[in-house]
Amino acid sequence: MKLKPWRELEEGAVIKNVPTSLKYKTGEWKKESPLFDSEKCTHCLLCWLYCPDFVIKVKDGKIYKFDLDYCKGCGICSKVCPKGAILMKEEKI
Amino acid sequence: MKTETKKIVAKTGNEAAAYAMKQINPDVVAAYPITPSTEIIQIFSKYVADGEVDTEFIPVESEHSAISVCIGASTGGARVMTATSSQGLALMHEILYIASSFRLPIVMIVGNRALSGPINIHCDHSDTMGSRDSGWIQIYCENANEVYHTIINAVKISEKVNLPCMVMMDGFIVTHGMENVLILEDEEVREFLGKREPLYSILDLKNPITVGPLALYDYYMEHKRSQVDAILKSKKIISDVFEEYNRKFGLSIPSFIEEYFLDDAEIAVIAMSSASGTLKEAVDLLREKGERVGILRLKITRPFPYEILRKKLENLKVVGVMDRAETFSTMGGPVSIEVKAALYSLIKRPLIQSFVFGLGGREFSLEDAIKVFDILKKINKENKLEEEFIYIGLRE
Ligand code: SF4
Ligand code: SF4
Repeated sequence: MKLKPWRELEEGAVIKNVPTSLKYKTGEWKKESPLFDSEKCTHCLLCWLYCPDFVIKVKDGKIYKFDLDYCKGCGICSKVCPKGAILMKEEKI
Repeated sequence: MKTETKKIVAKTGNEAAAYAMKQINPDVVAAYPITPSTEIIQIFSKYVADGEVDTEFIPVESEHSAISVCIGASTGGARVMTATSSQGLALMHEILYIASSFRLPIVMIVGNRALSGPINIHCDHSDTMGSRDSGWIQIYCENANEVYHTIINAVKISEKVNLPCMVMMDGFIVTHGMENVLILEDEEVREFLGKREPLYSILDLKNPITVGPLALYDYYMEHKRSQVDAILKSKKIISDVFEEYNRKFGLSIPSFIEEYFLDDAEIAVIAMSSASGTLKEAVDLLREKGERVGILRLKITRPFPYEILRKKLENLKVVGVMDRAETFSTMGGPVSIEVKAALYSLIKRPLIQSFVFGLGGREFSLEDAIKVFDILKKINKENKLEEEFIYIGLRE
């Protein structure tokens, strides 16, 4: 990326036209990814409640997707799942 | 002429400051009381309680919070003011830099007071000299009347340049001394200031922005340069605003400097704030005896008006610089060092003697002022400086 000269900076070090956190794919940092087994899942939604990054998407009370673009691979979902429906697997990038 | 409609009232510096704030009617005031500027906020909070202003007044638990609240409110586009002194200003120190780098107009009134230790509540300039490199505009006033008018100008300057601005007065000497203050009408003040047009606002939800991002070695330096640009440009704006004000209201409030018999002087003293009054008295006495002495009162130290100083001091023989603060550099006070730096590039320049005086409220008498001139006259005669710095009013 080309760095801007000082005259082109926004005054007050403000960043305009901000890319919000939606555009910032924090999932790129992770080492492990959750592997979801829908067969074992009872949709108790504990994992949904505990995921710190709102990765687990629910519609009509049921999990339908893990949005891995924002998953940091912390493994909390896997730890709290009473059914062993989420396994963490190493991801090689 | 407009002057005839103006009223003269008796006010202390603190009262004059609070009155200016009332007429300005800022959107937000956040403050924590500290001697000797407590009264400013005390009087202003009464205006708030009595419904004379519609300011959102936020009493906080420390000065660190006061200035932080001011920053928050100013990023939202509000007209913001506060007041402090000494340790209170020191507690704001880290946040001062954030206000200026965010390019936020905030007007802070400071009742100058010595910094501890030992603990002292009286006047000297060690507090604001300690913040002189924080990117704020710094204006030192001589008396209560000037405090009143300068605060009004400071609001306009601060909002035009998008930089925060400190307005200073000497603790107790001016904050608590009662003087004649010539006041404007509320409408005149409000019409002169108009509405603030912010550079940006975090409350503009349609155009979200990030304020206060991280800028490491890749961008920090460019941002500092851009701040220097802002303060460079402030020089013209400061002169223009004072000029517009003086023209509009038939006044002569000085902007960067005030001259007193400087034109034909051989020897001059540079002084700031209330001490220049005493020195003017000494000049009157010496002029009666036919001595060519004068005063240059330095009113604004940031931006430092070095161009003006070069022009005004070039043809003098000896210049004394009065500092009401110490630097521990063993070269005297902060202003004398900056004056020396400002004049260094001149081919022909005066001898500059640094004086330190009045620390912690130590009295500066007329005899002391005359002594200053006596020392300068001796330097002029012998054409050499005696010492790097001289303490005035010290028990030897
Ligand atoms: S690994 Fe962590 S971030 Fe990813 S889905 Fe599970 S709880 Fe959320
Ligand atoms: S915690 Fe386990 S069982 Fe409960 S919803 Fe999540 S994956 Fe399904």
